[in-house]
Formats: sequence, C-alpha cells, structure tokens
Amino acid sequence: MENIITIENLVFQYLRDEDGDTVQALKGVNLEIKKGSFTAIIGKNGSGKSTLAKNLNGLLLPTEGVVYVNGYDTKDYDHVWDIRQTAGMVFQNPDNQLVSAIVEDDVAFGPENLGIEPEEIRRRVNKALKDVNMGQFKKKAPHFLSGGQKQRVAIAGVVAMKPECIIFDEPTAMLDPKGRKEIMAIIDELHSEGITVILITHFMEEAVRADRVIIMHEGHVLLDGEPENVFEEEELIRSVNLDVPLMVQIGAKLRAKGINVPLNIITEEEMVDFICQYK
Amino acid sequence: MSIQVKNLKHIYEKGMPTEQIALDNISFDIKDGELVGIIGHTGSGKSTLLQHLNGLLKADEGNIIIGDIDITKPGVSMVQIRKRIGLVFQYPEYQLFEETVAKDVAFGPKNLGLSEKEIDERVREAIDLVGLDFEEIGERSPFELSGGQKRRVAIAGVVAMRPEVLILDEPTAGLDPKAHKDVLKMVRDVHEKTGNITILVSHNMADIANLSDKVIVIDSGKLVTLGTPKEVFSKKEVLRGVGLELPPITAFTEELRERGLQISDTILDVDEAVTEISKYLAKEE
Amino acid sequence: MIRDITLGQYFSGESLIHKLDPRVKIIGTMLFIIELFIVDNFLGFLVAAVALGTVIAISKVPLSYIVRGLKPILFILFFTFALNIFMIQGEVIWQWKFLHITKEGINVAVFMAIRLFLLIIGSSLLTLCTRPISLTDGIERLLSPFKKIGLPSHEIAMMMTIALRFIPTLLEETDKIMKAQQARGADFESGNLIQRAKSLIPILVPLFISAFRIAQDLAMAMEARCYRGGENRTRMNEMKFKRRDYMAFALQTLFLGIIILEARLF
Repeated sequence: MENIITIENLVFQYLRDEDGDTVQALKGVNLEIKKGSFTAIIGKNGSGKSTLAKNLNGLLLPTEGVVYVNGYDTKDYDHVWDIRQTAGMVFQNPDNQLVSAIVEDDVAFGPENLGIEPEEIRRRVNKALKDVNMGQFKKKAPHFLSGGQKQRVAIAGVVAMKPECIIFDEPTAMLDPKGRKEIMAIIDELHSEGITVILITHFMEEAVRADRVIIMHEGHVLLDGEPENVFEEEELIRSVNLDVPLMVQIGAKLRAKGINVPLNIITEEEMVDFICQYK
Repeated sequence: MSIQVKNLKHIYEKGMPTEQIALDNISFDIKDGELVGIIGHTGSGKSTLLQHLNGLLKADEGNIIIGDIDITKPGVSMVQIRKRIGLVFQYPEYQLFEETVAKDVAFGPKNLGLSEKEIDERVREAIDLVGLDFEEIGERSPFELSGGQKRRVAIAGVVAMRPEVLILDEPTAGLDPKAHKDVLKMVRDVHEKTGNITILVSHNMADIANLSDKVIVIDSGKLVTLGTPKEVFSKKEVLRGVGLELPPITAFTEELRERGLQISDTILDVDEAVTEISKYLAKEE
Repeated sequence: MIRDITLGQYFSGESLIHKLDPRVKIIGTMLFIIELFIVDNFLGFLVAAVALGTVIAISKVPLSYIVRGLKPILFILFFTFALNIFMIQGEVIWQWKFLHITKEGINVAVFMAIRLFLLIIGSSLLTLCTRPISLTDGIERLLSPFKKIGLPSHEIAMMMTIALRFIPTLLEETDKIMKAQQARGADFESGNLIQRAKSLIPILVPLFISAFRIAQDLAMAMEARCYRGGENRTRMNEMKFKRRDYMAFALQTLFLGIIILEARLF
C-alpha cells in the first residue's frame, strides 16, 4: 500500500519563555502512515503526541526534518491548502472548533473555504450531517447540543471537505461515556469507508480497535506495531505512566497464575472466547 | 455530621412555558464519614443536586438537613453553609486566577475572614493534603503547572476552607491516565485524613465501584436506586435502562457468567476476577 | 438569568419578511430610521406606525415577544422622556421649585418618545426576522463596494459571525465561574463600589483566560479547515434578488416618497 504520510527525522522545538529557552517536543520521529490504515497514537500529556498531530497537516512546521503528505512537503507554502484538505483534523474541545451559530453553516465552512460550487456544498453538507446522524439538527445552534453532538458536527465539517485522512486529536477526552461511544462508532465507520484514521488518545480501550499502535514518550516513538505486539510490553508501558487495556492486564495476571493465555488476546471478546473454550 | 435529603424537588424556569422538573422527590441519607458516589448520565440532574447541597440553588420543595441545620429554611446564611460544604466543580482549574498558587488557595480562607496566620497554615495544609509540595510550587504561577497539578491546586482551594463535606463533580474528567490515578488517590487520601463525608460524581464506573461506600443512581431528576457498590452494580438491567454501564471488569465477568461460567456475581475488583477465573479453570482442567 | 434577553434575537419563522433578502431588509431598516427623522408631525408618525404594524403583522412575530425584548431599554425611553419634559423652555403649565413643565416640553417629550419607540421596534424587527448568519452575510455584501477604499468587509462580517457563535458560550462560562467562586465564599452582592469592582477580579481573570483559549483553539481549527480570508471563498447560501425583493424595494422607495411629501405638506 502507498503511504499517505511520511515523516523523516522530525524535530520540533518551540520557545518556552521570553528568555529564549526552548523545549524540544519532538526529538527525531520517523514514521510512515499507509493509505486506509487506522493508527492510534498514545502518550501521556507532554509526550509530544499532539505536537506530532499538528505537524501532520502543516498547522505546525518542523524545526528539522520533513513531513510529506501525499507527496507534498508541509513546508511548501504553495500546497498548504492541498495538504490541509487531504488531512483534516478534529480537535479535543467540541465547543472551541465550531465557527458558526448554525450547525449546517458550520459544516459548510470548510467547503466554502475551498471555493466549491454552492449546490455541491449543499449536497456535501447534507450528506456529511447524515453520515454522523445529525441531519435533524442542521438548523440548531451549537450551544443547544450535547458535547458528543457538537463533536459529531465538527466531524461532519471535516468530512464535507472530502479528506483522505482524518487526524483525531483526543476527540473523546471531554465527552461522557455515551458521547465517547458515538464518536468511536463514527470513527470506525469512516475507517471502513476507506478514510485513513489517525487517532490520538489516552484511552487504551480505544486504541485496541486500531490496526497499529504507536506509543510516544518524551518526544520519541517508544513502541510501534500491531496492538497485540505493542501491548505485550506491559512493563515498559507502565514504566512511562501509561495503562494497558484491561484484558491485557487480566491476561498477564492469569499467566502469573499458570494459565496459558496467549499474548495476542487484547479485547474482551477474545478473552471471553478463550476462557469459555475450557467450559 | 450527617446529611439528610427529604423529598427534594427543583423546577427550572418555574411558571414559564419551558418549565422543567429537574429534581423530583429525591430522598437519601448520608452518614458521617461516608464516601458516596453519585452516577447518572449527562443531564440526569446530578449537577443540580450538588448545587442544592451547598445552597447555590434553592429547593422548590423538600428539605436538606446538614448536621443540625435545615438549609432550605428561610434566613439560613448561605455563607455559613458554603463554609461547611465545599463544592469542587468540573474542570476546576478554569477558576484559577491569582499570581501564585499560595494566593489562589488562600482565596477561600480569606473570604471566611480568617487571620493571616490561620490562612497561611490552612494553605500549607491544603496543598500538602492534595499531594503537592508547598515549598516547590507555593510561589509559582498556577498557570505554569501541568494539567493534573492545576486541578489539584484548584481542589486545594476548596479543601483549604476545611469543609465538613467535600463534593467533587467529575474530578478526573479530561486527565491522562497518570493524572487520573493521582487525583483519585488524592480524593481517597483527603477522605481518609479528614474523616469527613465525601461526595464524588463520576462517569467512570470503575472509580465509583472502587472508592464508594454507597452509590446513588439518578435519572431524569429521580432517584433510581441506592446501596453499596455491590448492590447497585448487581442491578444490571436497571442501570442499562437509564443508560449507564457496569464497570468494565464487572461487564466482563457478567459476560462470562452469561456464557455459563460458574463464578460469583458482581465482581468489582480485577484481582478478585482473576482469582475466580483461575479457580474455575483449575477445576475444569 | 443573563440568557433571558430577547433584544437582538432571532425569531424563527417562514413569513414573507423572513424570506426577503437580508440586504433588502437592512436597507429598509436604515430607510425607516431616516424616515423617522424626516417626520416632523404626529400624522407622519401615524403613517409610519401603520406601515410598521403592517410589516409586523406579515412577519407573524407575536407582538408580546417584541414588547418583551423592549424591557431592558425601557429606562432609556423614560430617561429621554423625563429629560425632555423638564428641560424645554416655553409656556409653563406646572411648576414645583426649580422643576417646571412646559407645553412645548410635553410636545417634544411625547414626540421624541414616539420616535425612539418606533425606531427600536423597527430595528429589532430586522434581527427578529433575519437569521444572524444571513444578517452578517448581508452586511458583508453591502459593504463590499467599500473594499476598494480598504474596508475589510469580509473580516468585519467574520468577526460578527464568530461573536454571535460565542456569546452564549461565554455567558455560560461566566455563569460557571461565578458559581465556582461563590462556592469558594466569594461575595458579589455586598460592599461598596470599590469592593464590588474588586470582587469581579476572580471572575474576569478566568473569563479572559477562557476567551483567549477559545480564540487560540478556534484559530487553529479554522486554519485546519483551510480558512484563508475572503478571497476565492464561495457561500452555500448564495444571495440572489428575487421578484419579491424588487417589489419590497419598490415599496420602500414609494414609502420614502410619501413620508417626504407628508413632511412638506403638513
């Protein structure tokens, strides 16, 4: 499969205060993201995961190294709008990313910026709102919606730009369990339609759904691989103050009691099936 | 100290066409020293209930008796109530405003009209109670701290008022796993060290199950059920009916039971689950 | 609560007035305000009032709703009325110490009160019958000829759009912060003016920080959605004059003529 994003030796540093002190948030990251893949990036606050996300669509530009999106260098100003249209982004705070006081006008904001024909915008807005199950709210004002609903509108706003890849920067961090479930269902749906998904999160149970997990620590990639391989490194993950999914914990504890639970069991379904085969 | 809530009712926009019953005939008791968890989905009336407990909202009907005072009676001083009931709102770090951590934590005690010496003592005590180091951060700006530290400073601001009841509305919302654990541990520590009533609202069922002595379930402004975590989380269908879930570990063991595994019901603890499962598997082999 | 203010709010509906192009409504409102200042006798006001009444009837916005929105500015009406009635010199008909009421005073006071009253209702009808977004769009389009002389018409309209979007959010935020500080024993109600002003600091500082955070997040989100100013931007809802808009425009011009004629004749 072709790569949609290629990151070569990415270093990002920013000024911390007026004295000129700098902080290195990313210290040489190399990654390739395949078209159509679902990648989860995990790390605690300050691990550089959000900085990495913002480097993927030119919101931040590398201090050193290069980021290519669909072959375009993010530093190439002539293609910055192509890059941002290719790699859309959904942010953490549902309140602070909606521009307009009416839902459908907000979803239209992106396509309008791209200079698309009015009838086509109308079509895309209706379709995008239907895709996130918000069709009946299109004339509502955002402040009458729940957090999960606002986040769905934000996703529709990105979907209406027809991106090939969507970067979700902790999209569920401020939502309740119901909102979280809705958003994860939509992300799965978008992925199944062929959109490349990059999900930044600190909820392990969300990362289990991905086909690749990257763990960031202090500006480096600490672990990178398929979920079952990454979560085998339970101790390493715990040593950087992160959790492992509940089923990984249980698997390890059962193994300590002499039960041979295979390492690749990481979801509840797999664990239930494994235990029940001894019935 | 104890809390008794009797037939509490609250109506939003009373008399308007948009009138809405926010709380309907809610009654419960909290005994001295209990840690109580309140659960319910967003908009169930939890926050409205909390705001009644420290007098920010007024009951339309019913009584709230805290210690020996009925705070719903006219003429009760709200300042006196807020002195005794500390309420920490969601995302409390958004209310920080002073130049230094010490000054911010001192805001509450200052409003109580205490002496300089007493204020200083309480600030140090509160910062220590929430697990931070006064010498290290006391003179720093609260805005330079990490997310988890900011939150703890904000909680210290309420703890410093030495409330007899501490209410926390989703104290772990939006934190990363490490900060989440730290804040939970802090809640437990403060509760144990002060021995006071602590009321915890959370969407995280695992936290509620692990921490609470008693769990209160609220939906559409009504009290659905109440009891020990074990009692409440054994009512799977009731909880599902009001849009709530079991703690992940309980959901897992209940799934195993449904598939015919003979293990005990309503397991709330990971280690207990592991022991039960391994016992069962050893028997089968 | 702060959220109860209805002045400047939109009342959703499907009436002819709602459907008119926002530009026609903005121009119409401006003409109406000018007309109110051309009028120099009570008959003229009667004509204007009948015209306004007809527009309200067509718009189907309940009169009670419009009147409710007037409440917060009622005191301005009273203030100007009182000022006029006591300040104008002329034939004295009532006197108490230094206060006196003159025949001319009553005349001017009533005259001004009617003018102000019609002016406020007329302009609030504009916001009641126009979606905020259409209103800002209309303003942007009306101002666009001035772009040549350096007026940032798109930016002005975008600022208004964002303000409309975030006013409710900031009000909610204020409410939350106030409650949180009250829970820490803050007292906003008692004390003298200086003490009260001081007691606002614990609200204002977090509110400003909040507003800056929103601004930062929003700017980032807008950039991520390819926002680059007004250039090459299309709109989902295009504005096109329809027959009804030309008709409304013709009626407005006709009415302006009538008002000028009336002022000349009587």
